[in-house]
Amino acid sequence: MNYIMSFVVGGLICVIGQIVMDKFRLNAAYLLVSFVVSGVILGYFGIYEKIVEIGYSGATVPLPGFGYSLAKGAMEEASSRGFIGALSGGIMKTSAGVATALILGYIVALVSNPKRK
Amino acid sequence: MKYTKESYKKVVDEHTPKNKMFKNCILAFIFGGTICTIGEIVKNIFISFFAVPKDDAIVMSSIFLIALSAILTGFGVYDNLGKYGGAGTIVPITGFANSVVSPALEFKKEGYILGTAANIFKLAGPVLLFGYFASFCVGILSLLFK
Repeated sequence: MNYIMSFVVGGLICVIGQIVMDKFRLNAAYLLVSFVVSGVILGYFGIYEKIVEIGYSGATVPLPGFGYSLAKGAMEEASSRGFIGALSGGIMKTSAGVATALILGYIVALVSNPKRK
Repeated sequence: MKYTKESYKKVVDEHTPKNKMFKNCILAFIFGGTICTIGEIVKNIFISFFAVPKDDAIVMSSIFLIALSAILTGFGVYDNLGKYGGAGTIVPITGFANSVVSPALEFKKEGYILGTAANIFKLAGPVLLFGYFASFCVGILSLLFK
């Protein structure tokens, strides 16, 4: 059941992205930015938490889920450490994923060569 | 009914984008759904076989997906998937990893520091900047309105 809900919710979020891309002729970078920011906003109002309860990984894997953990981290840390927490919380919560992307990305770029198109 | 060249073109223009968009949406749904399901499977493997707490398992599964996507991008596979998947391969966290690795690869010829390392943030930089900016605003808002 979790798998079906992950598939459906994850798929739907991607369909929204596809519609936004096709309708407004948006570049991928704009789509990524707007999805992360909307994830942060939905996270702040507690709406994304509900989506995670329904969709499991279908909600945490897409980029709004990244925005949601940014918002969650910032709010948790802000409540315990105040101003410094608001600055550091989001980054702390998402640092593992970002660091993986950077480190592995660099290693991959070192060992492989761009493919000819 | 007989079509002239112009009226035929008009009919084609009316119909193509809509059909294409529908097809794109189906593909995005399948690709995005599949990636998220893989994430859920990996998460459950971490929870049941390695006894990782649930919150950490979510992080571990995104790390797994990021690693998978980085490696697939290195082999040139992910960009081929992207031709079919559209937003289904961009919106999941794997698309973020792809946006880190592909400029890093592309600018390799300009050197390891000013090429690869400097361009690694080319697409991911704006995402992180706006994400961190928004999360800071949310943190402050949560302090102001408890």
